[in-house]
Amino acid sequence: MLAFIIRRLVQSIGVLLAVAFIAFAMFRFVGDPVNQIVSIEASPEERAQIRESLGLNDPFVVQFARYVGRAAQLDFGISYQFRQPVTKLLGERMPATLELAFVSAVFALVVGIPMGVYTALRRDSWLAKLFQAVSLVGVSLPTFLIGILLIYVFAVTLGWLPSFGRGEVVRIGDWWTTGFLTASGLRALILPSITLGMFQMTLIMRLVRAEMLEVLRTDYIKFARARGLTRRAINFGHALKNTLVPVITITGLQLGSIIAFAIITETVFQWPGMGVLFLQAVQNVDIPIMAAYLLLIAFLFVVINLAVDLLYAVVDPRLKVSVRAA
Amino acid sequence: MTQPVLSVRDLKVEFVTRRGVLKAIDGVSFDIAPGEVLGVVGESGAGKSVTGSAVIGLIEPPGRIAGGEIRLKGERIDNLPPEAMRRIRGKRIGMIFQDPLTSLNPLYTVGEQLVETIRTHLPLSAGQARRRAIDLLAEVGIPAPERRIDGYPHEFSGGMRQRVVIALALCAEPELVIADEPTTALDVSVQAQIITLIKRLCAERGTAVMLVTHDMGVIAETADRVAVMYSGRIAEIGPVRDVVKRPLHPYAVGLMGAIPSLEGQADRLVQIRGSMPRLSAIPPGCAFHPRCERAFARCSVDRPSPLDRDGRKVACHLYDEAQAEAAS
Ligand SMILES: Nc1ncnc2c1ncn2[C@@H]1O[C@H](COP(=O)(O)OP(=O)(O)O)[C@@H](O)[C@H]1O
Ligand code: SF4
Ligand SMILES: [Mg+2]
Repeated sequence: MLAFIIRRLVQSIGVLLAVAFIAFAMFRFVGDPVNQIVSIEASPEERAQIRESLGLNDPFVVQFARYVGRAAQLDFGISYQFRQPVTKLLGERMPATLELAFVSAVFALVVGIPMGVYTALRRDSWLAKLFQAVSLVGVSLPTFLIGILLIYVFAVTLGWLPSFGRGEVVRIGDWWTTGFLTASGLRALILPSITLGMFQMTLIMRLVRAEMLEVLRTDYIKFARARGLTRRAINFGHALKNTLVPVITITGLQLGSIIAFAIITETVFQWPGMGVLFLQAVQNVDIPIMAAYLLLIAFLFVVINLAVDLLYAVVDPRLKVSVRAA
Repeated sequence: MTQPVLSVRDLKVEFVTRRGVLKAIDGVSFDIAPGEVLGVVGESGAGKSVTGSAVIGLIEPPGRIAGGEIRLKGERIDNLPPEAMRRIRGKRIGMIFQDPLTSLNPLYTVGEQLVETIRTHLPLSAGQARRRAIDLLAEVGIPAPERRIDGYPHEFSGGMRQRVVIALALCAEPELVIADEPTTALDVSVQAQIITLIKRLCAERGTAVMLVTHDMGVIAETADRVAVMYSGRIAEIGPVRDVVKRPLHPYAVGLMGAIPSLEGQADRLVQIRGSMPRLSAIPPGCAFHPRCERAFARCSVDRPSPLDRDGRKVACHLYDEAQAEAAS
C-alpha cells in the first residue's frame, strides 16, 4: 500500500511539473512582462535594468527552477492588474469556488444516484422515462443557458432566490469565508449549485443506470436470486455496491471538472470565486494569475485522483491485493 | 410409491421476441424421487438450463411459463406469488451454476455471502450462522475454513470457488439441488472431485439432484436416471444403465454413440449428422426427423408422444409401430 502511494505521489509530482512548465512558458511567450510593469515612455535602459532585476536574462532552466521553487512556497508573484500577491487574490476567492463546487457535487450525487437506481430498477415506469428525458435535456443544454433559465424563473419571475452573489458570508479563521452559516448565504448557493451540478447529476444518473443494468445481468446477481435473497438485498446490497465502484471513479474525476468549469457558472451568477478572477486575468493578460490558477486546478485534479484511487482500493477487495502487491 | 420430490408435467416455456414466440420448452414431463440423481443431457440449446430455471422460478421476461405444472413434494410452485417462490429458492431448492468464477459477488467475503444466505432462510443469530458457514466450508473440503471464511472470492481457485458455491446451495438443507453443468468451466483435474462431492453431500442428506451435464461419463457414474433432451422435449428418459447401454431413441443412440468407450472401440463413435434446429425453425412432427436415419413418413407429420417401453419413456414412432405390430 505504501509503495503504491509513493508511486502515485511521484507520478503526481511529474504531472504538476509538466503543468508548471506550461504555466511558466506563458510568461515567456505571451507578451513581455516588462511591458506590464513599466510605463510606455520608459527608456530602453530602464527596461534593461528591470529585465535584469526580474532575472529575465537568466537561462531558461534557472528561471523555471526559480518559478517552481517559489510556487512550492505558494508564491506566485504579483498580479499585473491588481498589484497584489496572486496568492492573496486567489486565496480570498477560493472558499467561494470550493463551497460552490462542494454543494454542486453533493447535489449531483444525492440526486443522480437515486435517479439512476430508480430508472434501472423501474425501467418501464413513466417516471423513469421522465427522468431519462430530463437527463437528456441536462446533458445537452449548455451551462450558461441553464443558469439563465433558472435565474429567469426563480429569481426574476418568482422572486424566490437571489440571482447573483454569495449572500452574507461569515469569516472563519484567516483564510476561509463561508456562506453555509447564514440563511442568505445558503439561499444564494441553491441556483448556482444546481446550474453547476446539473451536467454531473445527469451524467451520474446515466452512469448509475447503465452500470446497474449491467450488474443486474451478471451471474452473481442471478445466483443471489437463486439463493432466495430478498429483492432489497439483491438490488441494494449486491447490485448497487458493485455499481458504485466505477461511479466513484467517475464522480471523483468529475469533482475536478466541477471546480474547473465553475468559471461559467460564476460568471452567470457573478459569484465571487476564482473562476471570475481567472476570466478577468485572461481579458487583461494577467499572466501570474492565469499561471497560478492553472497550477491550482492541476493540483486539485491530482489530489482528487489520488484520493479516488485510495477510495477505490478500500471499496474493491480485488484491488487491495494488487495494490498491496505493487 | 413414495411421493416424488419434484414432479414436472407438460411444462412449456416460451420467449416472446420480436420475431415471434419461441417455444424453448414444449411439453416436458419428469419426476425426481427423494435422494435420486436425475442426469439431464442433450446438445447445447436443447433446453436444459431453461428447464432448471423454470423449476427454481427464475424465468425472466421475455420468457414465461406458458403451460404445465411444477410440483415440489406435491405442492404446486409454478404459479406461486414472487415472494412465496423466493422463500423456496435457496431454502427448498438449491442451485449450482456453471461458472464459479462469476457466481460469487466479488465485493463480499465468502463468509458474508454464506451468512447472508443462511440467515435469509433460517432463524439463526449472526454467530450461529457463521458457525454453520464454517462447518459447511469444512464439509465441502475447504482447508482452514475458520480463516478462509473471511477471504474474498478472488482469493480462491476455480475449484475452491465451486466448493463455496456448493456450500451456498446446500446451506439451508434443500430437498432438491439443480446443478447446471457444475464442472464445465473447471479444470479437468478437479471436475471429478466436484462431481463426487456433490454426489456425496446430497446422498448424505437425501437431497434429490437434477444434474445437467455434457459429460456422459459423469452421467453413467453419478446418475440414477437420465433424461435426454432435444429441441425443448424429452426424447428418452429412464434408468441410467438402460439408456446409456441400450438407448432406444435414435437421437439417444447417436448421443451415446458419441462417447468413446474405454477400450477405444472406434466403431461406437458415430456422429449425428446436421445440427439441432433453431427455436424459430423447429420442424413439425418429430423435431429430430430431418437428422434421423430411421425417419419414415409419419415422423414429419405426427409429433411422437412419450411411450412406456422397457422401463423407460421414449418419444419415437418406431416404438409405436413396434407396439402396433406386436398387438396385431
Ligand atoms: N432469455 C432468452 N431469450 C430468448 N431465448 C432464450 C433465452 N434463454 C434461452 N433461450 C433459448 O432457449 C433454448 C434453450 O436454452 P438453454 O436451456 O440455455 O439450453 P441448454 O440445453 O444448452 O442449457 C435455446 O435455444 C436458447 O436460445
Ligand atoms: S419419431 Fe421418427 S424421426 Fe423421430 S426419432 Fe423416431 S424414427 Fe426418428
Ligand atoms: Mg445450459
